[in-house]
Amino acid sequence: MIKDFLKGLWRENPIFVQVLGMCPTLAVTTKALFGFSMGMATTFVVVCSSVVVSAIRKFVPEQVRIPMFTVIIATFVTAADYFLKANFYQISKALGPYVPLIVVNCIILGRAEGFASKHGVLRSLLDALGMGVGFTCALIILGSARELLGSGTIFGFRVMWQGFTNWVVMVLPAGAFITLGLLVGLFNVIDGKVREKR
Amino acid sequence: MIRNILNSYITRMLVALVIVGIASGVTLVLVYNYAQPRIKVNMDKEEKDAVKSIFPDMKQASVVSGQAGGEDVVMKVTDANGKMLGYAFIAEGNGYQGIIKLMVGISPDFKKLQGFEVLESQETPGLGAEIAGEPFREQFAGLDITHPIEYVKNQKPSQPYQIEAITGATISSRAVVNTLNKRIGDLKKQLGGSV
Repeated sequence: MIKDFLKGLWRENPIFVQVLGMCPTLAVTTKALFGFSMGMATTFVVVCSSVVVSAIRKFVPEQVRIPMFTVIIATFVTAADYFLKANFYQISKALGPYVPLIVVNCIILGRAEGFASKHGVLRSLLDALGMGVGFTCALIILGSARELLGSGTIFGFRVMWQGFTNWVVMVLPAGAFITLGLLVGLFNVIDGKVREKR
Repeated sequence: MIRNILNSYITRMLVALVIVGIASGVTLVLVYNYAQPRIKVNMDKEEKDAVKSIFPDMKQASVVSGQAGGEDVVMKVTDANGKMLGYAFIAEGNGYQGIIKLMVGISPDFKKLQGFEVLESQETPGLGAEIAGEPFREQFAGLDITHPIEYVKNQKPSQPYQIEAITGATISSRAVVNTLNKRIGDLKKQLGGSV
């Protein structure tokens, strides 16, 4: 059962392996903090919607499951959006439209349709939690790399030496693609080494 | 027989969708009731902080025209002794990538700009976003606004109504200047007689 949780972290990592949810991944990772916030919001939504979908899976008519899942997901996304606006106003402003856009993040519908609608509540919870944590970690790594090179800081703390010239491109969309590409490559190299040893 | 099955299918789908819809609606009402007052407080605070940073001596800002929190709001800013410091208002215009929303402060006689704060913008990080940075903004403190503001490129301003555009972000700099000119011009017309 613990495998349901762990697979989201590495073997089926939503970003590095499944390459899902690229829109928020690329757009909001200009800073580590934004990546973290986006990851937490997404984790909240994927966990809640997976649990609800799994709990009602026996009452859901096959033909209308997708609209039902979408309504459930949209409800939690809206709740997360309002919660951020009410309590973390500045972060919510920085994330802009990408919080409401979690609705169309395919990780979430993917988990609901692919896992939660076929498994029990506890396993679905662990599965969603694993995916959420895996997603959050990937966003933090991506955000840290871009913030480090693009602004010289990580989570707002100065890391680079004084006089370091910020690589503006890392904060721009191009930097997102470059960093993501390199990270996916790095991930595959490490993964390959791990598999070889086995 | 077939009819019955069809009917029961449709009924089941309808019931399921209606239940999910109602549950979702109720949840959202609860969330909204919890969050809306807090969001309002956050927005008011943001505006107030912006006015405060333009007029550090501010004690009170009272609405002269428009609606508090609205885009057309004009506030009269006074210090602790009730002395008039100037007017604060919101100005909106098109930037390079989206709307730029500014909080602007001007002197009571409409002759000098006190400064501005960026409330909202989607300019390019590292380039256009520098319109919110200190080096660009401080050029506007005390700027002559009896004449429309102008920007110059790659040289020091020679007139009291000129500012230097950010290198590599002329469009964003121009957007700020145009937004300010337009809103100040409108306000002069609107309030011109009374101030």
